[in-house]
Amino acid sequence: MASDAMTLPRTASASRLLPEIRTWLTTVDHKRLGLLYILFALVSLIIGGLEASIMRLQLIRPNNDFVSPELFNRMFTMHGTTMIFFVAMPLIFGFANYLTPLMIGARDMAFPRLNTFSLWIMAFGGAILYASLFGGSSLLQAGGAPDVGWFAYAPLTSRLFSPGHSTDFWTLGVLISGFGSVATAINILTTIICSRCPGMTLGRMPLFAWLNLVMAGLVILALGPLTAAQFMLLIDRYLGGHFFDIMAGGSAVLWMHFFWIFGHPEVYVLVLPAFAIASEIIPVFSRKVMFGYPVMVGATVAIGFISMSVWAHHMFAIGMNANANTFFVLTTMTISVPTGIKIFNWLATMWGGKLQFKTPMLFCIGFLFQFLVAGLTGVMLAAAPFNWQLTGSYFVVAHFHYVIVGGILFCIFGGFYYWFPKMSGRMLDERLGKLNFWLFVIGFHLTFDFMHVPGILGMPRRIYTYEAGRGWEGWNLIVAIGVVFQAAAILVFAWNLLRSYFKGKIAGNDPWDAWTLELRFIASLGNGIGRYCR
Amino acid sequence: MSAWAFYLFLPAVLGSSAHGSSSPTSIFDPVSTPARSIFGLSLLVLAVTAIIFVAVFGLLAYAVVKFRQRTVDNDREPPQVYGSTQIEMAWTIIPILIVLVLFLASARVIADIQDAKPPHDAVEITVVGHQYWWEIRYPGLNVVTANEIHVSVSDSAHPTPTFVTLLSADTDHSFWVPRLAGKTDLIPNHPNRMWIDPHKTGIYLGQCAQYCGIQHAKMLLRVYVQTRAEFDRWVEEQSRSAAMTNAVSRGRAVFETNACLDCHTVKGIAGNGQFGPDLTHLMSRDTIASGVALNTPKNLRKWVKDPSSIKPGATMPALQLSDGQLNDVTAYLETLR
Repeated sequence: MASDAMTLPRTASASRLLPEIRTWLTTVDHKRLGLLYILFALVSLIIGGLEASIMRLQLIRPNNDFVSPELFNRMFTMHGTTMIFFVAMPLIFGFANYLTPLMIGARDMAFPRLNTFSLWIMAFGGAILYASLFGGSSLLQAGGAPDVGWFAYAPLTSRLFSPGHSTDFWTLGVLISGFGSVATAINILTTIICSRCPGMTLGRMPLFAWLNLVMAGLVILALGPLTAAQFMLLIDRYLGGHFFDIMAGGSAVLWMHFFWIFGHPEVYVLVLPAFAIASEIIPVFSRKVMFGYPVMVGATVAIGFISMSVWAHHMFAIGMNANANTFFVLTTMTISVPTGIKIFNWLATMWGGKLQFKTPMLFCIGFLFQFLVAGLTGVMLAAAPFNWQLTGSYFVVAHFHYVIVGGILFCIFGGFYYWFPKMSGRMLDERLGKLNFWLFVIGFHLTFDFMHVPGILGMPRRIYTYEAGRGWEGWNLIVAIGVVFQAAAILVFAWNLLRSYFKGKIAGNDPWDAWTLELRFIASLGNGIGRYCR
Repeated sequence: MSAWAFYLFLPAVLGSSAHGSSSPTSIFDPVSTPARSIFGLSLLVLAVTAIIFVAVFGLLAYAVVKFRQRTVDNDREPPQVYGSTQIEMAWTIIPILIVLVLFLASARVIADIQDAKPPHDAVEITVVGHQYWWEIRYPGLNVVTANEIHVSVSDSAHPTPTFVTLLSADTDHSFWVPRLAGKTDLIPNHPNRMWIDPHKTGIYLGQCAQYCGIQHAKMLLRVYVQTRAEFDRWVEEQSRSAAMTNAVSRGRAVFETNACLDCHTVKGIAGNGQFGPDLTHLMSRDTIASGVALNTPKNLRKWVKDPSSIKPGATMPALQLSDGQLNDVTAYLETLR
């Protein structure tokens, strides 16, 4: 096992600190890289969360002038880009890196040095995006954060409408982090295919590995179009290209297709690893094996394929003809079938079990309820005519936060509580964990349940202010109150991480009485990350 | 769990919007055929998803309560079940059937709305999206206006739908008047079509629903649905040339000798500016700055003096006019009825 390879001395003092940092910066070990991914993502999560809070404060009442329109537009662009590319992606890569080799009995990832490259190139992409903050707004906005929205529709990104370099920071940041994502996907794919220990056949692999295998395949297929689109945009902006140049017969719709043929598989890139976490946690705390393992694998592969044929449901309002709209209604509704099968199999796993409501399980149960609602609002949005009313409104914002926060982030929180003992040798505190869970549940539902309503009442997304009398005020106030609870939950979580890291209960081997390889042997305190600070 | 809340407050929204009290822009309070067909479909979709929600939520809640670990017989693991082909078949086939029903219902509404053909007497409108206002043209009627669309009411005995061609002069925009129809985007080099046939007179609010730049939030839209006679009178007034009175010749001179004409058209004055709204009948409109401010002399003067005081980031520049010039040009604009 890879953990045996770590033979650094146990004593740490100030004089040892620099070499330790150097070790972390140059590491090729999949567990350390996994932790670095997670650390990077948590820092980005705080930043992205602050950006969201600024928007909710601005919208707390009509005609508010807490921030300027420019700042608001930058906030939603940075929030979306940060949360997708520099929070969600590194979180799922972090868990996949740390756990996949352990679960399949591999020594490390197939390409350890490529792994290191992937992490740092992604972090570099994030640094480029945020470097945009260090320019002034003068000189035709030579600096300034990007303000074109996270899907950056053409032709708003052309030099005509977006002079200066703010859009270039966005393009380069996303482009470069994409290289890292593709490299990581190749690494995960190769590791799972080629590095399994003897006896670990594909049919015996934990579902975690299966879901990450399909995720990796999707990343490889989906990132290509995004990278191509970013290159086309750069060519348009600096080499006189006309891909999206409306003055020279270019096509704004072309960008939409390229972006969403990345963008929709991306949703499944994020949600499959969340399913992976749920598929490990729910059986263990139900004290039952996974119900319908082969069906779960089949449903995952089906989701992978169908997810590549649904992208234009983001574009129902762009004026595609009736045949095209009808086709994408069919594919989009079809994907709810394998997704539903997954929910039913988790339910059947719990059925007849002995449910233990430890914190990881609480988060996964929250995920099941919330993902059910997210899936059903997804079906509403899939009905193209209904979508003509709902798209571009706050309803759609509520829907995808239900998926990404209520679904994905809840699973990832569950994953933290479940695997922290493996990563640190100590347990996270259960009482703080439950407080963390309930605060987050309350905050989540206050914010995102009530966010559906202004959408139904005609409130478009991405507006920095609104007039009174539209019936939107009260709902936006409740949404903002939910933010306070979510922030409190994140603070409790951070405190729990820190406190348990130094003072948590010693985990010992297999604290959850689980049966997968990675939890068989918990890192002893002197062998985990703990030794560097002690 | 409070996921219930989502379905609990939906009826509240439906009910209050049916009374018209909750919001002037509720999608559940339709007054035009496309919005009505969508509303009908949405009721079906909501009913089906609500049934699924109650069933699955109930099963989940039951499992959580019923199968929680009890303090007695702690040492025995529950019976291990690896799967069941029959059950898996059931929860694959039933969802497929539900999907089929919802798909067919959607396909029908798509065809009804998208494939509708304009009758001979349909009114044709062209709407051109600009950063951050709406140019509105009635090609057959020799009328050009901005931000406030006038259409005649369409009764079922004599339906007079209005067909709209959607164009963009710059970035993407989206035409959304929730009580009349769903969204259709305005995309450069990509003309789109949509239609409305309001059954009730009144003013219907909407706004741009596709992020189009700094003042996307203040790109509001109003649709005035009038009786046929009112609409015909409005068309007749709008197709005249601009009023010319010598009382405001100083103001007109300010208008003509500064940069106003580069962007704005006033029929009867030389110049053909296309970047800003046609001002020939400015005073016939209730609002300025794309619905952001009421069209009062005070607001008009404030707007001409410094547009960014009302709408920061608006593309109209402040022309640095003196107070006297501002008074004169405002007085002139007020004669454009």
